[in-house]
Amino acid sequence: MQVNESSKEFKPCIVAFCCNWCSYAGADLAGSNRLSYPADVKIIRVPCSCRVNPLFILRAFQRGADGVILCGCHPGDCHYTTGNYYARRRMTMLFSMLDYLGIEKERTRVEWVSAAEGAKFAATMNDFISTVQSLGENRKLRDLRCKE
Amino acid sequence: MQGIIEKVTELLDNGTVDRVLAWKAGEFSYDRTPAVFDKESGLYGLVYDSFCVNNLSKYLIEESKKDGKVLVLMKPCDSYGLNMLIKEHRVDREKIYVLGVPCKCKVSVDKIKATGLTGILDIVEEGNDIKVTTVYGDTTLDRKDVLCDKCMVCKDKVVVVYDEKIESDETAGIEKLDRMAEVEALEAMTPDERFNFWRSQLSKCIRCNACRNVCPICSCTKCVFDNDNTGISSKANVDSFEENMFHIVRAYHVAGRCTDCGECSRVCPQNIPLHLLNRKFIKEMNELYGTYQAGTDAEAKDPLTAFTKEDAEPSVIYNR
Repeated sequence: MQVNESSKEFKPCIVAFCCNWCSYAGADLAGSNRLSYPADVKIIRVPCSCRVNPLFILRAFQRGADGVILCGCHPGDCHYTTGNYYARRRMTMLFSMLDYLGIEKERTRVEWVSAAEGAKFAATMNDFISTVQSLGENRKLRDLRCKE
Repeated sequence: MQGIIEKVTELLDNGTVDRVLAWKAGEFSYDRTPAVFDKESGLYGLVYDSFCVNNLSKYLIEESKKDGKVLVLMKPCDSYGLNMLIKEHRVDREKIYVLGVPCKCKVSVDKIKATGLTGILDIVEEGNDIKVTTVYGDTTLDRKDVLCDKCMVCKDKVVVVYDEKIESDETAGIEKLDRMAEVEALEAMTPDERFNFWRSQLSKCIRCNACRNVCPICSCTKCVFDNDNTGISSKANVDSFEENMFHIVRAYHVAGRCTDCGECSRVCPQNIPLHLLNRKFIKEMNELYGTYQAGTDAEAKDPLTAFTKEDAEPSVIYNR
């Protein structure tokens, strides 16, 4: 969590796992089209959305993320043919488990963004950040040792 | 019991098997410990009764590495775990002789103690009565009232993998409970109530790893929790997050593979209802990806290693 002293506005820390072939290129496109989205999004490039081990997401929360979003190619368009189909099942299960444990499910999201959808990428991030902002700081899944 | 001893003796004598993996009586008359018998030791001490609750399938990982063939007494619910071990190539099926044994639900010593009985000297089962001798006198309990929790939601009385099986038409004569009732009750709570429920449960964890060690599915040679770099320091109560993390990760690792044998909750010294985590995954997978029971056979793909193009999007979770 970073609190801007001047405005006291809560700025969430968002971790976005983006697949190299679609969403990362989509983020790039958003940048070259000069579409703005907050700088609080920390993008982590992964080879494929199915590279994201559910442990990565828990680890991001542990290290102080307020929201975690996974972006990949649209189902059917995976660079590795079927990777995102597996990721879809895994993430559905992980998110349902987090919800079951009482963690706000809105802090996690999966969005399919192709390389041509720069505008969608920016819109998705803006929407996700405002959702997480309204939820406030992640208190339930944090590791106190990692906070200043 | 007599039929089992005769069969085991016969197989041991004619050389079909070299060792027998079964239960032996422990220190108390109601204690049962997994034990290996061979020709030299004889079958002295081998028992099979309502207190033999341990799942023997996990012991086969080590036993099937040894020379010779091992005979194992296999209860119906344990056989699902064995099928998973065969499927994941953790045991050598060729070296195992599975003798299916009937089960009329197991009696929980913890439940007997929970009725308030102390100073227990002896527990004897006679038909549907459990006769408890204590230093304060004798008591008779109804068997139905002290059955293990996991037996109240028993999957089936069918041994799914065996070389030979011994049949029995004895039944516990109980009404099975709805397996998912507890999960549904939790789902009906608000997120904060659920969070508080799990905090109160998981904060009891002392990280003894009993749940991991007993689980027939948790059979990795090198476990992620033995790695110092996972962010989980293998110590109890380091941090509230860590307790959550350990149990989420463990539940996730067995997701789609868990046979719901209920051993994790049974062995937990802190009585954390760990089966509720596993059952949540089972429930979700059954609802979203079609009914699946892990361990029914050794071939079927489990839900997380398969997919269909029409799978639900993760957003189904938010729309509830």
